[in-house]
Amino acid sequence: MTTGKGAEPNNAETLLTMRNVHIKGLSDETWVDIINGVDLDLNRGEVLGLIGESGAGKSTLGLAAMGFCRDGCKITEGSIIFDGLDLLAQSKEELRKLRGRRIAYVAQSAAASFNPAHKLIDQFCESPLKHDVMQKSEAVSYAIDLYGQMNLPEPEIFGYRYSHEVSGGQLQRAMTAMALACRPDLIIFDEPTTALDVTTQIEVLAAIRDIVKQFNTAAIYISHDLAVVAQMADKIKVLLKGDEVEQADTATMLDNPQQEYTKSLWAVRKYARAEQAPVTGQVPVIEIENVTAGYTKAADILKDVTFAIHKRRTVAVVGESGSGKSTTARVITGLLSPRKGCVKFAGSELPASYQARSRDQLRHIQMIYQMADTALNPKLRIRDLIARPANMYLGLNGKALEERVRELLRMIEMEPDQYIDRLPSELSGGQKQRIGIARAIAAEPSFIICDEVTSALDQLVAEGILKLLDRLQSELDLSYMFITHDLATVRAIADEVVVMKDGVVVEQGQKTEMFTPPHHPYTELLLGSVPEMDPKWLDRLLESRGADNIGDAAIAKMR
Amino acid sequence: MTFLKVLFWLLVVIAIALFTGWLFRQLLVRISSAPMAKFIKTAPLTAGFGLLVITIYIICAVFAPFIAPFEEAAILTSSYEPWTSTYLLGTDNLGRDVFSRLIYGARNTVGIAFLITALAFLVGTTAGIYAALKGGLIDQVMSRLVDVLMAIPSLIFSLLMLTIFGTSVISLVLVIAAIDSTRVFRLARSVAVNIVQLDYIEAAKLRGEKTSYLISREILPNAMAPLAAEFGLRFCFVFLMISALSFMGLGLQPPTADWGSMVRDNADLISFGDITPLIPAGAIALLTIAVNFVVDWLLHRASGLKD
Repeated sequence: MTTGKGAEPNNAETLLTMRNVHIKGLSDETWVDIINGVDLDLNRGEVLGLIGESGAGKSTLGLAAMGFCRDGCKITEGSIIFDGLDLLAQSKEELRKLRGRRIAYVAQSAAASFNPAHKLIDQFCESPLKHDVMQKSEAVSYAIDLYGQMNLPEPEIFGYRYSHEVSGGQLQRAMTAMALACRPDLIIFDEPTTALDVTTQIEVLAAIRDIVKQFNTAAIYISHDLAVVAQMADKIKVLLKGDEVEQADTATMLDNPQQEYTKSLWAVRKYARAEQAPVTGQVPVIEIENVTAGYTKAADILKDVTFAIHKRRTVAVVGESGSGKSTTARVITGLLSPRKGCVKFAGSELPASYQARSRDQLRHIQMIYQMADTALNPKLRIRDLIARPANMYLGLNGKALEERVRELLRMIEMEPDQYIDRLPSELSGGQKQRIGIARAIAAEPSFIICDEVTSALDQLVAEGILKLLDRLQSELDLSYMFITHDLATVRAIADEVVVMKDGVVVEQGQKTEMFTPPHHPYTELLLGSVPEMDPKWLDRLLESRGADNIGDAAIAKMR
Repeated sequence: MTFLKVLFWLLVVIAIALFTGWLFRQLLVRISSAPMAKFIKTAPLTAGFGLLVITIYIICAVFAPFIAPFEEAAILTSSYEPWTSTYLLGTDNLGRDVFSRLIYGARNTVGIAFLITALAFLVGTTAGIYAALKGGLIDQVMSRLVDVLMAIPSLIFSLLMLTIFGTSVISLVLVIAAIDSTRVFRLARSVAVNIVQLDYIEAAKLRGEKTSYLISREILPNAMAPLAAEFGLRFCFVFLMISALSFMGLGLQPPTADWGSMVRDNADLISFGDITPLIPAGAIALLTIAVNFVVDWLLHRASGLKD
């Protein structure tokens, strides 16, 4: 035992103490405050949840717990004491010895964090060998052991694959195993499940929680998803723009938040609009009829998909990644021609390819994208971005066009004088998404495809976007197709739900119908996998379903 | 000691260059409008120096007849006169004033190089982005054709083409522009391939935009940074290419002055320890460096890199 772990773990023993930590970051040649004096205490074996919106300084604080700062940041004040060592006073050499061995880090995107040129197990062994904790053979058998505990398939051979040969959820678990390689005292999890599907997320959450408990490892769990943190953490700290809002143990925090800001975060998930009654006897705005489609030469991605979207209604299309949600959108917009079947607009068949469609047909179907960053041309000003569709489709020019742009900006609740001449890079994520919406409604469409429009946004911002879309729908008589994997969004805004799996519609119907049992087994799994704001939720789920009946394993059984 | 001496003078030259760069930048800040001044203030001293050199060259090129003391092609006196107060840099093999020819040479060489580079970029960028946008067979055919053209060494290829089409200024411009546009094509295509996958291009396509709009408004502005850097480099290569061709007698034809042929005409003098033939070569080198300084600065700004 080289790490002083021989002593019996004592839960009251303090492991990490951060006092009055100030961190500044360089932005446009001035130093901006990122963290303004945050205290943090962590005992051995304890899990602390860090919650906040993007820009709150969660990740920066998490990294500071390792004595690390990103490029362009510096810790200006405060102290960080890890197990009696002042991290800020250590040399780089000393810190290097500490990191990976006693403090480990699990990043958000496992896919981007593994080196694709090396086998997983070789990357696992790297840090135990570097730190002289284990021999190679010891490390290999330990890796296989951990892979088994993480419920990874075929642990003996799992590690001999490359990162692109395993699924995202498996990769995230492999990374957690890697963090445990030297049996560290502290692991920092930076949004480890944000990029995963709900069903996959559960496996990772269950694995992380088990392993953290078993090794009595302390952890800092960073996330913007309250329900996830509620499952993982013993206590929760809420951050806002670099300041601590409040801290309490998980149960207290969930039941009885003190600060207004925390309450508003909690309230977000309760937004839901009234469902509209089903329509009959009307011609739907969009009909997808028996569509089978696929990309060049590959197998069919969509198999015999049929559903319809009526005027002023929102249809949510839900499913895991790879279920064909986005492909359906591509067929509707005409980017992908179906092999069989067709898409009808207001009763008449649309040409398969967008190039063959008339300008008016194009105008009526608009799209809002997931990543507002890549959906807006970064070199065009807001004025030009919004004006283009109005100018193209409606022939507006000069003064009338300018007035229309201003009107559209007011409709999306952005002050025209302030924003009209800005570039997209000068806006926040939520504002960019609003511009995306303005561009779509500038064409005066009757149908809008919303492709995961809120999944890249913070919850409060996302709620604002959903409310805006809701309002625009009733003002402009729009129909929406909402592609999402987030069932909270579905609950908030949908009238009808279409559940897709492997390119097939497994179930569709009214929202209330869909959320009441009995379900198709897949719908059941999907609904059951959405974390709830109850710290006991994961326990109950694991108890009722069993560890083998969640995530990929459960899906595999359905085949 | 000679080494130390050389080092010392080198440092002095660099210091003077940077100081003049600073002076020129201050001057530009003073005379330009407020937003422009703010932009110029971000220029490093090297870029200030680069701007100064480019300005001087442009002035020489535009006002050559007024600055040059003698006619471009006038034979004034005996050949190979030494440097005197009348003939500042002496005379060449035919007795023409080297200083005057140097100034006229700026006009010819720089002007034609600029024309060629602009033409190469117009063709190469448009074709490259078009290929990236269309993809599939069109992209394959265009790219493979460019590969074939690029497989032939450019100097030999241009010598061949010029021998076939004659050595007029127009054929010189067209031949070098065609050869260089293949290089620009490659770059423009590879930059555009990444851009065409982005959602805003898809959105523009679905809006029903024409290809010309997609190229000029959606893709080109976002491909500007690497293309601008390439423009600077390409300009230098073209410049050197013209000089090289002129040196070999296939570039600009006498009696038109250009820096490449001036080196050749007076090459004999080098054997006698006279540095006069090296001055046009130095002029080429100086402009090349100056252009790259400015391009580096613009690229740095456009890419948003932080120090």
